[in-house]
Amino acid sequence: MALDPVDWHGRWNHIKKLLERGGPFAHPDFEASPETLGFILESCKILVIGAGGLGCELLKDLALLGFRKIDVIDMDTIDVSNLNRQFLFRRSDVGKPKAECAAAFVNARVPGCEVTPHYAKIQDFDSSFYRQFHILVCGLDSIVARRWINGMLISLLNYEDGMVDQQSIIPMVDGGTEGFKGNGRVILPGMTACVECTLELYPPQVNFPMCTIAHTPRLPEHCIEYARVLLWPQEKPFGEEVNIDGDDPQHIKWIFEKSLERAREYQITGVTYRLTQGVVKRIIPAVASTNAVISAACATEVFKLATSCCPPLNNYVNFNDTEGVYTYTFEIERKEDCPVCSQVPQPLNFSEDSKLQEIIDYLTESTTYQMKSPGITTMIDGKNRTLYMQTIQSIRQRTKENLKKSLQELGLTHGQEIYVADPTTPNALVFKLNFTTDMEHK
Amino acid sequence: MSGEKESLDKTRKYDRQLRLWGDHGQCALESAKVCLINATATGTEILKNLILPGVGSFTIVDGKKVTGEDVGNNFFLDKDKIGESRAQVATDLLLELNEDVTGNFMEESPELLLERNPEFFDTFTIVVAVDLPERVLHKLSGHLWEKDIPLMVVRAYGLIGSIRLVAREHTVIESHPDNAHEDLRLDRPFPGLTQYCDSLDLSTMKKKDHSHTPWLVIIFKYLQIWKEQHGGAAPKNYKEKNEFKKLIQQGVLRNEEGVPEVEENFDEAINNVNVSLVPTSIPSAVQNIFNDSECVNLQPESKPFWILARAVKDFVESVGEGALPLRGTIPDMTADSERYIQLQQVYRQQAAVEAEWVANRVQQLLQSLGKGEPVPTDMKSRCQSQNNNNIASSKDTITEADVKLFCRNASFLRVLQYRSIAQEYDPATAKIGELVGNIEESDEDDAIWYILLRAVDKFYADFNRYPGVYDDQVEADIPKLKTCLAKLLHEYGNVYNIKDDFVHEMCRYGAAEIHSVASFLGGVAAQEAIKIITGQFVPMNNTYIYNAMKQTSVTVEL
Repeated sequence: MALDPVDWHGRWNHIKKLLERGGPFAHPDFEASPETLGFILESCKILVIGAGGLGCELLKDLALLGFRKIDVIDMDTIDVSNLNRQFLFRRSDVGKPKAECAAAFVNARVPGCEVTPHYAKIQDFDSSFYRQFHILVCGLDSIVARRWINGMLISLLNYEDGMVDQQSIIPMVDGGTEGFKGNGRVILPGMTACVECTLELYPPQVNFPMCTIAHTPRLPEHCIEYARVLLWPQEKPFGEEVNIDGDDPQHIKWIFEKSLERAREYQITGVTYRLTQGVVKRIIPAVASTNAVISAACATEVFKLATSCCPPLNNYVNFNDTEGVYTYTFEIERKEDCPVCSQVPQPLNFSEDSKLQEIIDYLTESTTYQMKSPGITTMIDGKNRTLYMQTIQSIRQRTKENLKKSLQELGLTHGQEIYVADPTTPNALVFKLNFTTDMEHK
Repeated sequence: MSGEKESLDKTRKYDRQLRLWGDHGQCALESAKVCLINATATGTEILKNLILPGVGSFTIVDGKKVTGEDVGNNFFLDKDKIGESRAQVATDLLLELNEDVTGNFMEESPELLLERNPEFFDTFTIVVAVDLPERVLHKLSGHLWEKDIPLMVVRAYGLIGSIRLVAREHTVIESHPDNAHEDLRLDRPFPGLTQYCDSLDLSTMKKKDHSHTPWLVIIFKYLQIWKEQHGGAAPKNYKEKNEFKKLIQQGVLRNEEGVPEVEENFDEAINNVNVSLVPTSIPSAVQNIFNDSECVNLQPESKPFWILARAVKDFVESVGEGALPLRGTIPDMTADSERYIQLQQVYRQQAAVEAEWVANRVQQLLQSLGKGEPVPTDMKSRCQSQNNNNIASSKDTITEADVKLFCRNASFLRVLQYRSIAQEYDPATAKIGELVGNIEESDEDDAIWYILLRAVDKFYADFNRYPGVYDDQVEADIPKLKTCLAKLLHEYGNVYNIKDDFVHEMCRYGAAEIHSVASFLGGVAAQEAIKIITGQFVPMNNTYIYNAMKQTSVTVEL
């Protein structure tokens, strides 16, 4: 193979040993050949989602494994508190878009690498964008985003006679970290457990009860939540319609001082500026080391998926180095009736007299669906009808009275298909309305 | 930048990690000096994860020049610097990561430096070595063991990795366990707790107070009733605990129709019965600390950890009546603010009293050791790791804050004793036989790769190269490596046929250093170094093997 002008002698010696030599532990389909390196260098398109703690590491790892056609999406700009681990950024980069800075740094440091940045949200792209990639790898800090991209990849699947067309599968490697804990997983959409199959792995965030915050505070956190949730909307300290900006020190200072007052009233100790910021911004502690570990494991999996030099992780690994160094690897099973990847119709079991609000509550509160702000549409007399949608102000005003109406009043019938849109999914989920005599919810 | 502004800025930059190891942990990290031997990809990745969080300084010792192969897998080398000093190039690029960190290098073969001036290594907080032949490893580890300087040896080899940590004795006060049991003393209430609980009378409370009485008080009260009914004994078995829960359940208020009200505090009490009936005890790890000769026989040069341990042991054996000093914290629970705070205060006050006893005992011990009055300085200005023997006298001071921290963490104290490299390798003391025994039962055991790495080292010792580095060597080296493996096992009195597949795979790897494997190990190793430096969290003991093929790993003590 002729030397690419941008390469130099010996550059790929390390990875060539895995690609140009077979071995007993390689994937059964693996064929040692110089062509695999060519595929990685010239053709394999990878999408990295997130250019933060995991994303920076992923870009470095992938670039040094030979991947050149890399796109990276990140909607954030750089903050000082990122600098302890997001090593592609310098102090002078604070305020700039992460994706752009990360791409520029890697492209300069690793000759031949072509990272294309996208300073945007994943929702800004449609299926034609995502379809072009061979493998996706995610370093996200949001479960909603994970579910969305998962839904997108599932929607790209083609089925023939009930079987998934292998060509339409785009593998996704997903990593997450929190302090000294982390996890990595390999998802083959349509074949292995998807993000939605394992929603119970992400239990809904527990908030402090309102009555504790309002009437019986005991912890410093209760005092902070009091200032954040109750005082701020009442006192509007920085003007009407001005929401709390966790990155604005003035905002945090105001909340901190109000929290202290509250704490003093109840003789509660422990309110600090750091705690205040942590509670308001829901800060998750983070260090360079855990991000390095999880990203590296994910990058290795991307490499395996692209080259077959070794079978990929099957399919989930947990990591924790609080005490010693602990990993636990296991195979997560698919959910037979997964709302996103199983193609099994999802029932909505309600009585005719149930109010629409009950369906909304069910969709948001159930551990199976954990929706954020579902919008419901259906077909009545051949026409598309929006029953309720909360994400667009004008439609919300128009449809909110429907929440108090019963399903029968709204003209819904047994067996009717209900379409539910939500930030957690790129395409609407289809449910089948099942009228029951009792209140039999799942 | 002015001092104050600089410090505020660092607080912002390090915010996310300060929430894990605190300002005092950060201080220890910023006082640390790390030595890296060999700036391979594995080496620079380890340093990266120490520089980003703000390690004080680093020095790279590396005699090699940058090669094209090196640049290919190392983010901190530059293709325009091929032929230049690898130590220098890596130092320059690593320093870009954090302006707070200082770094320098020695362009010299580590083996020659060790020969010429071994004292060079004596000023470091920890030495990290990669890509060292066995003979150099033995010399280095022997020297560092004598000087009591922690050593970490890290290798990335194909899709396998290993980390070996050596520290003679490592003490941990703040181990930060993920699942700590509360220290509530319901089985042996202290007078202040009894007094407080006795001052409350559930039977005369209106609903509001009744429903907001902390579950701690509820269990205390009902335990009293139960004990009266059972000759002073607490509920012992599953049956009795269920009866006890029913007894508490009967205490729930009922409305006019006799239907039980919703009283969350009673639900919490019932849910916490099992946990609160666990007798207060001293964890075995802490018992071992008390029985350690270093605790029993204090010397003038005893570390503060042992002096504190001894003071706590003395507490346990006298005023503590068999229990550690009270931790002083209680979990959140449904309760009105006033009574929760009062209850919290009861625990805090008792903990303070007990910590004060320990502090006084510490003074007595220090004086008896001829150490005189300790200078009361605040934690921040002292910030030295307790384990760093190279820091002078300031570490001898034990402040009130130190005593309080120690008492709060009394249940979580850990001491790790590490075996030396010499012990690991010496056939008289090696544990490699045990390892082989385990592998015989399941070759899914990742420990098998340790044996293969040792075999590869033997190959290097015999042939001055690693197996399968060049394509045309792979096939021919398989039987050679197999022979080395057999010889190795024989030296340790083992005869075992490790499947040829493993030998073949090692030759396939040809000592390749895959960046993602190096990066994984870089993360794990750096955090182990941070644990050693800060004295927080528990380091592994002593060999970590990583299998990137299956994304599995195992820790063994060798």
